[in-house]
Amino acid sequence: MIEIKDLHKSYKMGSNSLHVLKGINFSVKEGELVAIMGSSGSGKSTLLNILGMLDEADSGTYFLDNVPIKGLNETKAAKYRNKFLGFVFQSFNLINYKTALENVALPLYYQRKNRKERAEKAMDYLSKVGLAEWATHLPSELSGGQKQRVAIARALAADPKVLLADEPTGALDSKTSYEVMDIIQTINDEGKTILVVTHEPDIADMCKRIVHLKDGVIVEDKPVKQIRASQYV
Amino acid sequence: MKFIFERDTWQEIYGAIRKNKIRTIITVIGVTWGVFLFVFLLGMAKGLDNSFRSQFNDFATNTMFLWGQQTSIPNKGFKRGRRMQLTLDDVQALESKVEDIEYIAPRNVTGQWGTPPGQFVKGSKSGAFKIFGDYPTIDKVSKKKIFDGGRFINEEDIKYERKVCVIGEDIYKQFYDKDEEAVGGYVRINGIYFKVIGVYKPTQTGFEGDDSIFLPFTTFQTIFNQGKNISWMVITAKADKNIVNTEATIKSTLKRMHNVHPDDTQAFGSFNLGEEVAKVNGFLSGMRLITYIVGIATLIAGVIAIGNVLLITVKERTREIGVRRALGATPAEVRGQIMLESILLTFVAGLLGFIFGTLLLWGISTIVGDNNDIPILNPTVDFLAVGGALLSIVLLGTLIGLIPAQKAVSIRPIEALREE
Repeated sequence: MIEIKDLHKSYKMGSNSLHVLKGINFSVKEGELVAIMGSSGSGKSTLLNILGMLDEADSGTYFLDNVPIKGLNETKAAKYRNKFLGFVFQSFNLINYKTALENVALPLYYQRKNRKERAEKAMDYLSKVGLAEWATHLPSELSGGQKQRVAIARALAADPKVLLADEPTGALDSKTSYEVMDIIQTINDEGKTILVVTHEPDIADMCKRIVHLKDGVIVEDKPVKQIRASQYV
Repeated sequence: MKFIFERDTWQEIYGAIRKNKIRTIITVIGVTWGVFLFVFLLGMAKGLDNSFRSQFNDFATNTMFLWGQQTSIPNKGFKRGRRMQLTLDDVQALESKVEDIEYIAPRNVTGQWGTPPGQFVKGSKSGAFKIFGDYPTIDKVSKKKIFDGGRFINEEDIKYERKVCVIGEDIYKQFYDKDEEAVGGYVRINGIYFKVIGVYKPTQTGFEGDDSIFLPFTTFQTIFNQGKNISWMVITAKADKNIVNTEATIKSTLKRMHNVHPDDTQAFGSFNLGEEVAKVNGFLSGMRLITYIVGIATLIAGVIAIGNVLLITVKERTREIGVRRALGATPAEVRGQIMLESILLTFVAGLLGFIFGTLLLWGISTIVGDNNDIPILNPTVDFLAVGGALLSIVLLGTLIGLIPAQKAVSIRPIEALREE
């Protein structure tokens, strides 16, 4: 599903250049649930941004579902993001003047689906995260956990190949974190490929594989025995 | 461009506008005010214009007055300083020789330019007033408004030298009791009884004022023993002719007939309204120009306000735009949305301003009405001008919307989404 070879990325900071990713080799097969771990500054967010086509690597190759991701213009990148990727952010990033349902329907709007289909699909995914009865509520009326569940439903709505979650539990207490992880595990069980960036070991342990980043290189890449989040819920 | 016609696009815009009430209101006020002022100024200018025009209205604007003076150049054995006396023969000759003439009306007057006024007596009261001898034609050049029940001099009066007269409103007020019927009654002018056939309303132009007396030309001729002499003549050129050219033609014709040197500018005096009207028109166009400049400047200020507010909102909405981009909005879609917001706001605001402006003008028009003291008459706006203003404001809104739209697109999603 994801094939990365010798990925380099550096940022210019004034006259200095900060080499963030120093040759990443990494592949993810369909249906995997991968945790990307590392301390801050290890390059994990940069890696995720490149995977999410929000940023571009300086060198190296990146194939997503056998499609080379290189030199995309913004329009093309937007189309690919919409088609291939679902994003879950630490701070949810729901649009505050849209209801839960409208937020979930947004990626479908950019897919030019018609209104009826959008509403139906969005409702399906909202039910999936257990928030059907909150469909008409604004984000300000939802708790943090509920917001993140809406965000997950939104990320899934476009039926992407890969779900990218950047510290999805970073702003949540551990109980709600486990609820969110439970949903992520359920989605993974249904065959969705998911990458989770986290620095919390207990969250990482709920994935099937952990990739450790340190100073821009992968120092460890091991499968783990998955701990089900449902037992804590 | 397809997306403009999609309901979803408008729903997105409606959502964004509805949820940003304050900035929407501020924006709308700016442009509404601009268009409101524009419409108001334009309407008032038009009202002033109408008012000026109505003052000239009872006077055909391509009209000239012509009278005899003294020659200044000796010619064909005549000395200089010869008095020129215009007569009915001149009138007839001009009528047949000069094609440009639409109407020609000889007039006689006493009580003007050193001639003694007529003695007007009714009952025990008497007074001295200007008396005119006129043909009905004069009514075509300078419309006399006659109060109900009366009439102006007609051809029959001329033909039979009837002893009838039309008196001014002021005379009526001085000599008659309130509600007393003047028409049909008799008065004495210079010792001769006349039947009153009408009372005329005061006119804005001309030197008749509202205290003159009109007699049939022929009657005047006989009573004051004028023979064929006339005091002056009033000539209206045909609608498509320039009165200034007609004036020159008429004068040179008269000079030939009276053996006056062609270069003699003193022999005949004349005055034409065309030049006066041109002056007023010049003033009015100047005012219109100022109105347009002020109005357009206000409009631009309003549109810039919109651009400014949108620019600020784009900054506020950075994260939202980033999320949309991450979810698959293309730069074109983001740009389109911001621009459509700008266009919609300007258009709605412009329309509101237009409605308010029109309502105010309508109110002013109703209050002022026919009041002659206020030089505003029927202040309306040209729909073409307003349509043009709306169109240009939408165009400006589009252009100014480009700035925030470009700003929105230039925000990279990764920057927009970066955790603070």
